[in-house]
Amino acid sequence: MQSKSDLGRRALVLVPYGWLAVFFLMPFLLVLAISLSSVRLGMPPYEPLYAWQGSLLSIRLNLENFIFVVGENTYLLAYLTSLKVAAISTALMLAIAYPLAYGIASCAPQTRSFLIFLVIVPFWSSMLIRVYAWMSILRNDGLFNSLLLNLGIISEPLRIMNTETAIYIGIVYTYLPFMVLPIYANLSASDRTLIEAARDLGCSRLAAFWRVTFPLSLRGVAAGSALVFIPVIGEFVVPDLLGGADTQMIGRTIWMEFFNNRDWPVASAVTVLLLAILVIPIVLFQTRLSRTSK
Amino acid sequence: MPKPSWFNRLSIFAGLAFLYLPIVVLVVYSFNASRLVTVWGGFSTQWYTAAISNQSIVEGAKISFLVAAISATLATVLGSLAAIVAVRIRRFRGHHVFNGMLVAPMVMPEVVMGVSMLLMFVTLGIDRGPVTITLAHATFTMCFAAVVMQSRLVELDPSLEEAARDLGCPPFVAFMKVAVPNMLPAFVSAWLLSFTLSLDDLVISSFTTGPGASTLPMKIYSQIKFGVTPEVNAISTLILGVVVFGLVASRIVSRPSAKSSLAV
Repeated sequence: MQSKSDLGRRALVLVPYGWLAVFFLMPFLLVLAISLSSVRLGMPPYEPLYAWQGSLLSIRLNLENFIFVVGENTYLLAYLTSLKVAAISTALMLAIAYPLAYGIASCAPQTRSFLIFLVIVPFWSSMLIRVYAWMSILRNDGLFNSLLLNLGIISEPLRIMNTETAIYIGIVYTYLPFMVLPIYANLSASDRTLIEAARDLGCSRLAAFWRVTFPLSLRGVAAGSALVFIPVIGEFVVPDLLGGADTQMIGRTIWMEFFNNRDWPVASAVTVLLLAILVIPIVLFQTRLSRTSK
Repeated sequence: MPKPSWFNRLSIFAGLAFLYLPIVVLVVYSFNASRLVTVWGGFSTQWYTAAISNQSIVEGAKISFLVAAISATLATVLGSLAAIVAVRIRRFRGHHVFNGMLVAPMVMPEVVMGVSMLLMFVTLGIDRGPVTITLAHATFTMCFAAVVMQSRLVELDPSLEEAARDLGCPPFVAFMKVAVPNMLPAFVSAWLLSFTLSLDDLVISSFTTGPGASTLPMKIYSQIKFGVTPEVNAISTLILGVVVFGLVASRIVSRPSAKSSLAV
């Protein structure tokens, strides 16, 4: 009986484990391998890493791509721009999401679940469409500019579309629910009696917030920040549709290296370096998550 | 909790307005007879007619729905198994790697996942098309499905299953007869979440597709690159309609608790 259920357990673990190993882990090893190859014409458009010559196995690892990427200023700039955009938009989202989550958590339970539902709906609906919605608002002849023109606030249209401002608007808009939900979950689970105790002991409402509520909600803030900061670094859709040519983010660089320049080894090298940047925040996020689930 | 203050109300109102205004604009202008965004030319459904009779769009929609339905089913099965492993078995050889692989796809930039999957399909010599898109979608959506299932599994009262076992049920039968029926609403939300995530995906599909197989987001993307068209407004409104309908339906089915609302 014991061995039979043991076998069952093993089989149960093996299915999802095997799937993730084949379709998630193995591809990354291939990216690493191909980043050490060099470009060639044909399909696949890279040289094989090893060759058999009789009984001689020769392995060629080419570091040229990494040397090229590190030495080229455009790539460095793209990495730095991505980190900057991710940091600033995370801060902006925090400024919008925290009061929103706090407001929702202060409502009666039925109102709360309805309001949270309203926050979730946009997260479920197509991101591409939500970015697209901003295009018709932000364009030079778009809704926002024509509104300001008609009101006489401005005399000529503001150029927002294809600027960094548009990227911030788009990213904050599309990722906001990811920030609101963890903060809300944290705030709504926090013990109200602690705040009442602080109030009873003479704290003002604001002081009680700063000294009790806010420090207790930092876990939710951290989770939300990780959930948006990490994917935003590699974001492609928003900078591609709303941003201009002068703001090059790394996700778009990889895309163009693949589809326009067709240089897969260089694109792989750019991806490997991006992963190297992401590894630390991802591991931090994961350990935090597993600690909370315990 | 004390009543929400004026500041709380203002934050809720401003936040929701920010989230919904662009969507409202999009929906309203899909009914605009004029081609221009700034001019209201009267109510019209002509863009819907144009969208539905656009063969290329319809073709893309067919592929997208098929891919989403199959990958969501795969993702729900795999995600449920993964959730059971993570919640019930917990410790086994390599569980750290397993938990890592289960979380990472949710934050991994889509471009990175797209590139890596493309390289794998090319290396293995698999012809790219709807099948490879489905496999890729199942992989990244199963992690979201697993989160939904995990939060439900954790909430489940273990004493119910214990009772079944005490009454002579083998563990597997107890699980199937007690836990699984209780998890049905979570299955529905996991499937719907995977379905919409797949339906929405542009980046991973673009990398893993082959010649001739373009999903709906890929068609929309290539149209948007040329600018805003009222036809795309109409398509977008239709997609939003499907999503909102699915969401309201799943909410009625599952009545999510505060905890699982994080995942849904």
